[in-house]
Amino acid sequence: MLRFLLRRIALIIPTFIGVTFLAFLLIHLVPGDPIEARVGEHGISEERLAELRHEFGYDQPLWKQFIDYEVQVLKGDFGVSVVTREPVWKEFATLFPATIELSIAAILFAAIIGLPMGVIAAVKRGSAFDYGLMGMSVTGASMPIFWWGLMMILIFSVTLGITPVSGRISDAFFVEPWSGFMVIDCRWSEDEGACASAWSHLVLPMVVLGTIPLAIIARMTRSSMLEVLNEDYVRTARAKGLSTPRVIIVHALRNALIPVVTVIGLSVSGLLGGAILTETIFSWPGVGHWLVESIARRDYPVLQTGTLLIAVLVIGVNLGVDLLYGLLNPRIRR
Amino acid sequence: MSGAVAPMPGRLALFWRSFAENRGAVVGLAIMVVLIIISVLADVLALHSPIEQFRAHFLIPPIWQEGGVWAFPLGTDDVGRDMLSRLIYGARLSLIIGFSVASLALLTGTTLGLTAAFAGGVVDVFIMRLMDILLVFPSLLLAIVIVAILGPGLFNAMLAVVVVTLPGYTRLARASALSELARDYVTATRSAGASTLRLMFDVVLPNCAAPLIVQVSLGFAVAILDAAALGFLGLGAQPPTPEWGTMLSGALQFYQRAWWVLALPGLAILFTVLAFNLVGDGLRDALDPKLKR
Repeated sequence: MLRFLLRRIALIIPTFIGVTFLAFLLIHLVPGDPIEARVGEHGISEERLAELRHEFGYDQPLWKQFIDYEVQVLKGDFGVSVVTREPVWKEFATLFPATIELSIAAILFAAIIGLPMGVIAAVKRGSAFDYGLMGMSVTGASMPIFWWGLMMILIFSVTLGITPVSGRISDAFFVEPWSGFMVIDCRWSEDEGACASAWSHLVLPMVVLGTIPLAIIARMTRSSMLEVLNEDYVRTARAKGLSTPRVIIVHALRNALIPVVTVIGLSVSGLLGGAILTETIFSWPGVGHWLVESIARRDYPVLQTGTLLIAVLVIGVNLGVDLLYGLLNPRIRR
Repeated sequence: MSGAVAPMPGRLALFWRSFAENRGAVVGLAIMVVLIIISVLADVLALHSPIEQFRAHFLIPPIWQEGGVWAFPLGTDDVGRDMLSRLIYGARLSLIIGFSVASLALLTGTTLGLTAAFAGGVVDVFIMRLMDILLVFPSLLLAIVIVAILGPGLFNAMLAVVVVTLPGYTRLARASALSELARDYVTATRSAGASTLRLMFDVVLPNCAAPLIVQVSLGFAVAILDAAALGFLGLGAQPPTPEWGTMLSGALQFYQRAWWVLALPGLAILFTVLAFNLVGDGLRDALDPKLKR
């Protein structure tokens, strides 16, 4: 197991260097002078420009600049936002919990609904329920979620007036950030109704971001269950006279879950992409919204660092999924 | 495609029979055909120019609602443009986007994948590592970053979608080429003196076609969806281009009074993407007997 672990970690190093290189290139490929991009659009003298260029190391050869950048990144120094002058890392860390809260809520929503639906469809294969679910699943997977979010707002917020349109919690409540998850932190709030407000803000974005994972999980569970239901050990369990629910849940589902869990783990990257759109529509104060805004403000250090940190996160999660899979399935450790 | 299969009508009929077994795929194909007809005949079908502004007719509702007029069957948008005409030209644009992106990604990805499989060694490692790196970024985020560098616009958005969909084609082409390379017919052709290029594109590639065809159909869907998402974020096609995603981003402020400006372009995207996904699923079932139910 240790060898497997070390091999997996060794494989990450070139990916990590490549990812930082792409992030590094981002600043250099942007049209215009990086210094001018940093100081904004105010005019500055030639002398000061040269001075700044030297100060930031832009007069060095490109490879030297890349190594310097790599060292900086490894030290955790990601530069400052051109607009707010705050360290980019600090802004990311403040906004990140909101994105994680939304993503975890979306995945839980997708799994809690998708798993049972997939199981029922597999057990009742060929029934109207099965066809209906598969139709819904392919529709969900084709959904333009930016439009889906707008339609949800149109129906639930504008027409029915049930849910708020944007944000994480109503301004009327003050919640001390403790875990960073609004629906958890609200429990310690002095104000009555803080949790109700937090949940009502979360529910629409959660459903919107969870729609595509829901479609994928339902479909995956169904096909994985169909395969397992034909296995000998399931037939044996049935032959022993065990009750149908027991056979399905204990014997079949447990084995059918392995590929489903892998797919959930590997969908983190797509989920974060979806979070960009969802956060933009619902003005959810997370990393995705922040990144989209940074483009309009030409805040390239923010875009660079945000992209890099998200990529590093994805590498980390993929490694976790890999290791977990190796732990569950010794055959792939090699 | 028909050119390659035509000499063997028996095979085509066989293929159609197993494709048609999947009712969803047939529905998808029907939607696709309708979309193609609409795109080709856009100039004839559209009542107005997609960018002409009728100053006297702002936010006219669709015909079945009170206040609708026959001149604008699906209503008008905030500057008085005919929704139906914009949707029709949008269909043409979306198919062009899907086609260009999917074929460019297919071409580049297949070449890279075949090169990796045939060259092996350092070239293989280099190409595949590069693809791994691209895959680490959420695809929409990477597309956004690329457009942020190149500047907003439809062409750059399409280029960005090509880059983010490239790893899928490359990996698929490499994997299928590698499994073919181990077969005897490849060794036989090689020892008969066929050049590497001929071996790559003439001998091995046709046998890797099935998964790539499926990937192209699904790739169409992804391309249309991603380009629309970029348009929605203001990074893709710029107004007044009748691109569906761009139409949505312009409609945001009117959603309280004019649902049609918001609902219709999204429905158009949904149905188009759905059609290509259904056809892709059907193709997979028909072309890959291993996955057959």
